[in-house]
Amino acid sequence: MKKRSLIQKSIYAVITIFAVLVFNYLLFRVLPGDPLSMMMRNPKATPEMIEGMRQLFGLDQPWYVQLYLYFKNLLAGDLGMSFYFKQPVSSVIGARIMPTIIMVGLAEVVAIFAGIIIGLIAAWKRGTRIDVATLGFSLVTYSMPTFWLGMVIVVVFSVNLHLFPTSGILTPGMTYQTTGAMVADYIRHLILPTLTMSIVLIGEYALTMRNTLTDVLSEDYITTAKAKGFDNKYILRKHALPNAMLPMVTLIAINLGLVVGGTVQVETVFSWPGLGSLMYEALRARDYPLLQGVFLLVTVSVVVANFIADITYSYIDPRVKE
Amino acid sequence: MKLLEVENLNTYFNTSKGQLKAVNGVSFDLEYGEALGMVGESGCGKTTCALSIAKLLPKEGEITGGRILLEGVDLASMPESEIRKKRWKDVSVIFQGAMNALNPVMKVGDQISEAIVLHEKGSKEAAKRRTGEILELVEIPAARGSNYPHEFSGGMKQRAMIAMALACNPKIVIGDEPTTALDVMVQAQILNLLEKIRKEFKMGFILITHDLSILGETCDKIAVMYAGKIVELGTVEDIFERTAHPYTQRLIACFPNIRGEKRIPEGISGSPPNMLALAPGCSFAPRCDRKQACCETLEPVGKQIGEKHFAACHFALGGGAIE
Ligand SMILES: Nc1ncnc2c1ncn2[C@@H]1O[C@H](COP(=O)(O)OP(=O)(O)OP(=O)(O)O)[C@@H](O)[C@H]1O
Ligand code: SF4
Ligand SMILES: [Mg+2]
Repeated sequence: MKKRSLIQKSIYAVITIFAVLVFNYLLFRVLPGDPLSMMMRNPKATPEMIEGMRQLFGLDQPWYVQLYLYFKNLLAGDLGMSFYFKQPVSSVIGARIMPTIIMVGLAEVVAIFAGIIIGLIAAWKRGTRIDVATLGFSLVTYSMPTFWLGMVIVVVFSVNLHLFPTSGILTPGMTYQTTGAMVADYIRHLILPTLTMSIVLIGEYALTMRNTLTDVLSEDYITTAKAKGFDNKYILRKHALPNAMLPMVTLIAINLGLVVGGTVQVETVFSWPGLGSLMYEALRARDYPLLQGVFLLVTVSVVVANFIADITYSYIDPRVKE
Repeated sequence: MKLLEVENLNTYFNTSKGQLKAVNGVSFDLEYGEALGMVGESGCGKTTCALSIAKLLPKEGEITGGRILLEGVDLASMPESEIRKKRWKDVSVIFQGAMNALNPVMKVGDQISEAIVLHEKGSKEAAKRRTGEILELVEIPAARGSNYPHEFSGGMKQRAMIAMALACNPKIVIGDEPTTALDVMVQAQILNLLEKIRKEFKMGFILITHDLSILGETCDKIAVMYAGKIVELGTVEDIFERTAHPYTQRLIACFPNIRGEKRIPEGISGSPPNMLALAPGCSFAPRCDRKQACCETLEPVGKQIGEKHFAACHFALGGGAIE
């Protein structure tokens, strides 16, 4: 039974990814300005050069051949050439993926832990001042504009307090004596964007946790556990949390899928060289192959994250096993 | 010593609309191996009574007066940490709507054995063995203990809940409508089972229900509740054959008699009073066909009209006139 549903879910995931790929492909055909129009704006481009480009990008072929070639190249890991960087898209993305995963990944981990704990305390102290305060904090940070928060944090911690650098990933022109020194410099640069990102993310986790846990705590089986003579801590740990974590798992998985996409706002404010800022650069340069490559990565990781969420869910919730 | 003596119990809820006297001066007692049935319309305070005895009231509920003596020890004034040791070991509850009373992500067997481990301080293996036995007792194969609640039918969940309630050999089991959601066959089966177990283990049993007819068969005594008070209390014979209180009479008339002539049960006209604003005098007065002028000003107190028979009515049958 289990194996069958696993296979079934995998097939769904593959179909979704396929649909996403086709959509992604079509999206970039529909967008105004094909790759050649950029070329043609260059006064030095001769008709022969343009024709050569057309052939190079396969634009002289019928659409189905183009679609076929697109998939064929994709399977070979070839995402095309970036106009702007004049490099294969895959290597441009490859160079920018780690900073994003480190920064956003770390921020997610911090936010998940902090959010769960805050939500848990709020639910446990429901109706008290602590609950109101955490609720307020969550709502405010949740709805705060990210770039604005980023700028405030820069002003406070870098400009006024001189605690951390304002931007970048390493101090420019710095030569490091040891690897340790380099790592330390990296971490100093990492702290502010991670902090900003965590604050933005905490609210959603805290609110979701608080609400699900509040619901769970009013369930009959919690009264049963109390009637059996267990103390509050045991009830929370053994009965309330396993139930309250179910919706959290979905939320976490979906958000982790978005990690790869980075965050355009935070990365731009802090000049963090990740995929978010890359997306912004690609957009400004109308670098369609690059943009397409980033989109592809993001959508595929969201689908994969959903798939993982589904599977995890079926392990922790006995009701969805079948 | 009596197993349980409830003396003048008062339980109030603090609501946004004011104080709600859900249980208002309730007294009764229970012997070892005895079964007491509690009936009354929805909202009359049956569940609140049960939750008070088990000390499981929600935050807004409070026992404001009276004593709950379990083998002579007062539970009403006992601190939470002491109560916790008594729960399930001394008093267990089969909750109203057992459908949701089981944790959906925990195996049924584990939910039973965790209570055994907590109270009996034995090994996990011993608890597991006992869980198997107790499941068999309610006619669930021991192996089904490794199932999750959603894999059980409604009747099985109900029986699993009963097994859970019996797991630590409690002195008192309170069944709050333990069979309401079940079909008649299963209902009878479960009630018979409970009766058998009660007699075997000399357990006290309080059965709460809307359905007067099932009390006659399963209980020794019946308490009829109305608006937070016990209006009539007596043996099954007292209640059915020497009915004293007008409300009890109407309740009995509500149930069709299979052997009797064909007629539509009467029902009770009017509705239960607003518990937030109880008028002085007898709460049943607006619906009572025996009422006199004094009923609306003077609250009737319970008076003894038979050996174990009490009724709170100025004009209770079998008793004298107004005192
Ligand atoms: N948590 C609560 N807060 C406020 N009022 C409550 C609360 N629980 C119960 N009540 C009120 O107390 C009164 C008694 O309720 P209770 O649940 O004891 O009735 P019941 O006799 O068990 O009814 P039913 O047959 O419907 O289960 C009702 O008027 C109800 O509205
Ligand atoms: S006291 Fe009066 S109103 Fe109340 S039940 Fe008796 S006769 Fe009816
Ligand atoms: Mg009830």
